[in-house]
Amino acid sequence: MNSKTMNRAFHLEAKDINVWFGERHVLKDVNLQFPSNQVTALIGPSGCGKSTFIRTLNRMHELIPTAGLAGSVLLDGDDIYDDAVDPSQVRLKVGMVFQKPNPFPTMSIKENVISGLKLSGRKNEISNDLVEDSLKRASMWNEAKDRLDEPALSLSGGQQQRLCIARSLAMNPEVILMDEPCSALDPGSTRRIEETILELKETMSIVIVTHNMQQAQRVSDKTAFFLADDNQPGYVVEFGDTQQIFNQPVDPRTNDYVNGHFG
Amino acid sequence: MSETLPKAPVRRALRVKPATTEDKIFFGVSAAAGYSSLVLIVLILIFLGLQAWPTFAQQGIAEFVFGTGWSNAEEQYSIGPMLWGSLLIATLGVILAVPMAISIAYFIEFMATPRLKRTATLFIDLLAAIPSVILGLWGLEVFSYVGADWGRMLNETLGFLPIFSNVAESFLRTPFIAGVVIAVMIVPIISSVTREIFSQVDDDLIKASIALGGNRESTFRKVILPVSASGITGGVLLGLGRALGETVAIFFVLNLVFDSYNWFNILEPGGGAIASLILGQFGEATASEVSALLAAGVILFLLTLVINSIAAFIVSRAQPWNNR
Ligand SMILES: Nc1ncnc2c1ncn2[C@@H]1O[C@H](COP(=O)(O)OP(=O)(O)OP(=O)(O)O)[C@@H](O)[C@H]1O
Ligand SMILES: [Mg+2]
Repeated sequence: MNSKTMNRAFHLEAKDINVWFGERHVLKDVNLQFPSNQVTALIGPSGCGKSTFIRTLNRMHELIPTAGLAGSVLLDGDDIYDDAVDPSQVRLKVGMVFQKPNPFPTMSIKENVISGLKLSGRKNEISNDLVEDSLKRASMWNEAKDRLDEPALSLSGGQQQRLCIARSLAMNPEVILMDEPCSALDPGSTRRIEETILELKETMSIVIVTHNMQQAQRVSDKTAFFLADDNQPGYVVEFGDTQQIFNQPVDPRTNDYVNGHFG
Repeated sequence: MSETLPKAPVRRALRVKPATTEDKIFFGVSAAAGYSSLVLIVLILIFLGLQAWPTFAQQGIAEFVFGTGWSNAEEQYSIGPMLWGSLLIATLGVILAVPMAISIAYFIEFMATPRLKRTATLFIDLLAAIPSVILGLWGLEVFSYVGADWGRMLNETLGFLPIFSNVAESFLRTPFIAGVVIAVMIVPIISSVTREIFSQVDDDLIKASIALGGNRESTFRKVILPVSASGITGGVLLGLGRALGETVAIFFVLNLVFDSYNWFNILEPGGGAIASLILGQFGEATASEVSALLAAGVILFLLTLVINSIAAFIVSRAQPWNNR
């Protein structure tokens, strides 16, 4: 972590984010701040725009031709949507873990860990130490160390997901975005990934989308509750410390949602 | 309660038998159709083999396949230069067609807007449907002259390489021109197979690659191409099979030279192609020449059979990691 991040109140900040898909307005005026070394959970009913929002934080919407955006995302104070910024450079600093484990099927475990360095043209940074370190940080080293050259798909689903986390970590990102990283996993694997998240926040900021209220309470420091009324764009109802959101929510809708009354 | 001994489980064979009459009829018809294609192939081979036998017996198989010369007067027939020419032209066609076909497939699948995608796919399929005789006429009347100019340009710039040398001072009716015509013919086949393969690439992998800082080029090279490689190879071999069997188009644009091998001088007028040989000679063939032409057919048949088997094998092994 550099001194710049230390001095700043917020590591990553979303300002007045609006998103459209074609004519459809799906996110309206989202303002969220993500402090360093904290885990922020995004919760809310299905279709309210959590995935849409998290993808604005590393410019993943650029893959979708109909997508449009307004607002800005500041990483260490600089707008990642600035014209001068190369999106792939943004993604080196802001890593992403997907809902479904998606290791590269033609690569071995080790090749998967270093795949990001190859894809982004940083081959000179590849080393065995980096492979070991990344797998250790993702709590995968013990399971992977004797089978580094085996195909990634020979791992279990939970192991594959931790491999995907290791693959992100090898890029040494400042932020990791996770969109429901445990929803395809069993409780044991989920537990291990939660432990990994808690260890990782020592060195980076984490944003995680989850439908699991217990998980949000176990891993996150801050929670943002998203909601979309029928055919209206999604917005943030309430954002605050996780304890407060779950125990003394200000908005009655937050109260209903975290207590399982809808969604 | 009296004690009961544990009974050993009785194992039954599980086999699906057609149960109803409809099912039996359906089963029978499908099986008959399936076997009849096999029978047909065997019958064709037997017919060709019997007809070709006199030639093989008289010339010896090796002399027939690898020797040179085609003479009715001496009743001496060898297809070496034709066989080699077929391979040379087909290889040239594939080398020219593959990069083009892959680029087209990539554009259609990953870059074009939905409307452009539909239109482009339609045009590619139309291109595939152009009868080869039309392509041959186009090659003869139109492309030959353009291709000859290209050939001259290649010779002027790269003529120091033996492959681009030319002593005849004519650039018409060369293997190069035949190769380009073949390439035009097989681009649609290869690109439509490749597009299909690309469309099956898991979108999550592409997203993962982009999220890891990959750009279009590195994502294509390191993610899309490796998972599609075997499928594309199958498509290429399919195109190669078509190129080897091509008759009319090549016949229009190439001089057939029987007496000597044109090993690699693709800009020299003259080369060979088995299928065109058969087309060219069959009309006025003597009895012994007919046998020789059918023998050439047997060799071509076996060659395409081998290539298609390789294609089928590679395609069947495509994406072995999906078997898990
Ligand atoms: N590529 C797209 N094109 C058009 N509309 C989209 C696209 N992606 C998402 N949407 C729409 O945007 C809205 C928000 O979707 P999003 O995936 O962000 O919801 P979510 O909160 O992540 O839901 P879930 O909890 O089910 O994952 C939805 O109404 C969805 O239909
Ligand atoms: Mg989602």
